[in-house]
Amino acid sequence: MPTLNINGKDTLVEANVNTPILWALRDTLGMTGTKFGCGVALCGACTVHVDGVATRSCVTPISAAVGKKITTIEALVNDKVGLAVQNAWIAHDVAQCGYCQSGQVMSATALLKDNQKPSDADIDTAMAGNICRCGTYARVRSAIHAAAATLV
Amino acid sequence: MHFDSSFNEFAHQLPKGLLARMESAQGTSISIASDTLPRRTFLKMSVASGFALGAYPLVAGAQDGATSAPAAGLKPFEQPAAFVRIDKDGTVTVTVNRLEFGQGVLTALPMILAEELDADWASVRGVHGDANAAYVDPVFGMHLTGGSGSIKHSFTQYRELGARARAMLLSAAAAQWGVEPTSLRTENGNVMGPGGKSLAYGDLAEAAMKISVPQKVTLKDPKNFRIIGKATPRLDARAKSTGTQSFGVDVQLPGMLTAVVMHPPVFGARLKSVNDSAAKAIPGVKAVLRMPTDRGGEGVVVVAEGYWAASQGRDALKLEWDTAAVEKVDSVAQLASYQALAKKTGLVKFNADMSAMATAPKKISAEFTFPYLAHAPMEPLNCTVHVTGQGADTKVNLWLGTQMPGFDAMAAAKVLDVAPKNVKVNVQMAGGGFGRRAVPTADYVVEACTVAKLSRAAGLDVPVRVMWSREDDIKGGYYRPMHVHRAEIGFDANGKVLAWDHVVVGQSIAQGTPFEGFLIKDGIDNTALEGMRDPYDVPMRLSVHHPKVNVPVLWWRSVGSTHTAYVMETLIDEIARATQQDPVAYRLQLLGDKHPRHKAALMLAVEQSGYGKRKLPAGQAWGVAVHESFDTVVAYVAEASVTQGVPKLHAVTAGVHCNLAVNPKTIEAQVQGAALMGLGTCLPGAAITFKDGVVEQSNFGDYVVARMPDMPRMAVHIVPSAEAPTGMGEPGLPPLAPAFANAIAKLTGKTPRGLPFKLA
Repeated sequence: MPTLNINGKDTLVEANVNTPILWALRDTLGMTGTKFGCGVALCGACTVHVDGVATRSCVTPISAAVGKKITTIEALVNDKVGLAVQNAWIAHDVAQCGYCQSGQVMSATALLKDNQKPSDADIDTAMAGNICRCGTYARVRSAIHAAAATLV
Repeated sequence: MHFDSSFNEFAHQLPKGLLARMESAQGTSISIASDTLPRRTFLKMSVASGFALGAYPLVAGAQDGATSAPAAGLKPFEQPAAFVRIDKDGTVTVTVNRLEFGQGVLTALPMILAEELDADWASVRGVHGDANAAYVDPVFGMHLTGGSGSIKHSFTQYRELGARARAMLLSAAAAQWGVEPTSLRTENGNVMGPGGKSLAYGDLAEAAMKISVPQKVTLKDPKNFRIIGKATPRLDARAKSTGTQSFGVDVQLPGMLTAVVMHPPVFGARLKSVNDSAAKAIPGVKAVLRMPTDRGGEGVVVVAEGYWAASQGRDALKLEWDTAAVEKVDSVAQLASYQALAKKTGLVKFNADMSAMATAPKKISAEFTFPYLAHAPMEPLNCTVHVTGQGADTKVNLWLGTQMPGFDAMAAAKVLDVAPKNVKVNVQMAGGGFGRRAVPTADYVVEACTVAKLSRAAGLDVPVRVMWSREDDIKGGYYRPMHVHRAEIGFDANGKVLAWDHVVVGQSIAQGTPFEGFLIKDGIDNTALEGMRDPYDVPMRLSVHHPKVNVPVLWWRSVGSTHTAYVMETLIDEIARATQQDPVAYRLQLLGDKHPRHKAALMLAVEQSGYGKRKLPAGQAWGVAVHESFDTVVAYVAEASVTQGVPKLHAVTAGVHCNLAVNPKTIEAQVQGAALMGLGTCLPGAAITFKDGVVEQSNFGDYVVARMPDMPRMAVHIVPSAEAPTGMGEPGLPPLAPAFANAIAKLTGKTPRGLPFKLA
C-alpha cells in the first residue's frame, strides 16, 4: 500500500499497487472530480498531472506515481495557471454536460504551462486527446486563448 | 377501475395506452388520482429550510390528517409549492422538471420562472425534480426530457408558476402595509411600496405561504423581459469548471459496492457454462452472480469493493455462451437485404402519382446508407440502487441521470416487487445522454435493480452501484437504427420535380414500446420518416419497411432527421446543380411564401456567411442546407475543401429560427455542439457494425467521434422573434452533414451517398 503525494499531501492509499490512479482517487479516496470516460486513455476525461505532465490516470498504476507529485482538478485552484484556466472556463461558459471538463481543464493547464501563447494548431494538438461529446471545442479554444492572455 | 393510491404518483404521467398495457401486463387496474399535489411534495417542502409558496394550507392540512389541495383547479405541475422555495436570505430555489445533461435547462427554466417572479437573478438556483407527479412534461403528461421539448412545453408553465408566486408575495406585502396589492410593484427580489418602502422576498416568504394560490395570473408583456432573452451564463458553470459538480456516477453511499455485468456477446444470448473461481479470487470481489439480462439474455455480475476490483473480476471470468437461439446479425448481409427491400414499395406514407416519372426529362437515382450509431455520452451509464426494509415496507432509492424517471421508477418497482410509491428516483446531473438515458425498456435500470435484488439475496445488504464500461456502452445496443434510403426523382430542365419515388428501410424504434400508440400509425413509425419531403412541395411517394433485427434501437439526438435531412437536402441540392441553379435561389423558390421561418433562417445564414459575395480560398466551396426538426429551423452555410480525397470542414455559419430565444448563450452552445455531433457522423469510423452477431467496435479507438481538430470556425445567428419558443437540443444536428456534403459535391461532382462519408 503505497504513499502518494496527492495535491501536496502525502496520502496512504489503501489499494493494490496495480490499481490505476483514477480508481485510487475515485473509489479509495473518494475524490470524484477526476472522471472515468473510457478506461483506455482514449478520451482524456481522467487527466491529472503527474509531476506537471498531463497524464491519463485510467491507465497509470499508482506504483508509477510513487515519489512523484499528483495534482488533480480539486487542487487546481491553488495553481496560478490552473486558476486562470478555470476562470476563463467560467467566463466563456464552456461546459455543457460538464463531465469531460475536469480533463479538458487539466489538459489546457498543462498546455499553458508549456506554451504561454498557443496557436490554434497548438491547441488542436494538445487537446485532441480530450473528447467532448457535447461539442464544446469552440469555447474550449476561446477559453484557452483568453486564459493565455491573462497570464502574460 | 378500483382506486389504487400506490400508483397515484406515477399514474399521473401515463399516456392512456400505456396504462392499458400496464394493467393487462400486471393484472391490476390503475386509476389516475384527481389533481391533488402529492402529499410527499408538501411534506418535503414543509421540512425544507425555506418556504415553499402555497405550501402552507397543505402543511396545515397534512397535520390535521386532511388531504385538501392548496389551490383547487390547479394541476400538480401548476402549483408553485412544488417549484419555488424562497429562503430567508432571499435565495430562490427553482425545481426543474427535466434532466440537465448539457442542454442548459437547469439555467433556462429558472430564468423563465425568475422573470415572472421578478427575482434577483443573482439569488436564483436550480435543482432537479424527481418522479413526482408535479414534474411531468405538461404537454406529454409524463416525465420526459426529450423531443427538444423542455423550453417549448414548459415556457408558459414556468412563467405562470413565477407569476403565481409573485402575486402571493405582493398580497403578503399589501397585507403588511394595509394597501391594495395593485398599488405595489416588484423589482429584483423586492416588493416596492408607498413612500419608498420595500420588503425583500426573503422576509415576505413566510407570510406569502399563507396566501392562497391564485388560479389566474397576468403575465408580463415580453417587451418588459429583463432575464428572458438575455445571454445568461449557466448556473452550473463554476461547479463544472472546478471538478465540484457531482454526477450520477459520483454518488457515494456508506458501504456501497460497485458492480459490473458481463453482458452476452450477442443480444439475448444465454450462458452455457460459468467458471468464476478466478474471478472470486480477485481481492475485493464480494460476489459473482448469474443473472437475467436485457432481451431474454443471461449474464454474470461481479459485485466488488470499487470499480477496479469489479472489472478485474469480470476480466477473470471464464464463460461459454449459447448463441444458437438468437439471430446473429452480419452487417454485410443486412445491408444487402435492406438494399433489396428498398427496391420494393413498403408501407405508404405519402402517395403522390408517379406516372410522370417515365417521361421526365431528367432523372436522379440514388441509394443512401446510414449505419447504427452509439450515443456514447461521456459519463458511462450507471445506476445506484439501495433497497431497505422488508415485505410491504420495502423501500427503494435510485440515483441516476435519467430522461424518464417515471418509467425508471415503475421498472424498478416491477423488478424489486415493491409498490411504486416506495420507489424514490434521485435524479442526478448526467454527463450527456443524447437519447440513451430515455429507454422505454429502462434497460440499465432494470439491470441495476436485478443486481441489487440478487446481491441482497446473497447477503450483501448495501447500496449497489452498477457501472458500465465504455466497452459495455459501445457494445450494449440501443443504437440509432441503420437505414437505407432509395430515391428515384424525375424533374424538368427548370428543376420542377415531376415525381419523387422514395423508399426508407429501417427498424422501428417505437415498436413494442409504450410509445407505439402515438408514434406508429398504420404500421409506420414516424420516427423513421420525420423530416421527409416537407417543407418542399414535391409530388412524393414515400414508403417504409421496418425489418425486425436482433439489435435494440433507440432515438439518437434528432432521431429521424439524422438521416432524412441528409437525404432531402443533398437531393434538393443535386437537382439545383443538375439544372444549373444556385442552391440557395432554388430552395427559396421551392419554399415560396409558405415557409417564412425556413426562409428567414436560410437568408440569415447566407447573409452572415458572405455566401456568393465573398471569395473562398482556392480549393474550397460553399455548401448549404436547411432543415426543421422539433419545430425549430436551422440553416447552415458550410465552407469545405477536399484534399487527396479527405474532406475538411473549415467554417460554418448558422441561421437559427427557434422563435423567442430564451438564453442566446445556451442556444449558441447547443448549435455549436449539435453541429459538431453532426460532423461526427460524417467521419470515417462513425459506425457500429456486426459480425456473427457481435458488435465490431469497442471504444473510442474504433468508434470514431469528433475531436478538437475537427471543430470548424462557427458563427451562430438567431432570427429575432417574440413568438413562443421552440426546442434547441436537437435541431442543430440534422443540416450539418448535408451542408458539408453539398460543398463536397460541388468540389468533386459527386454527393456522398450516406454517412459516414466514403469518398472514392
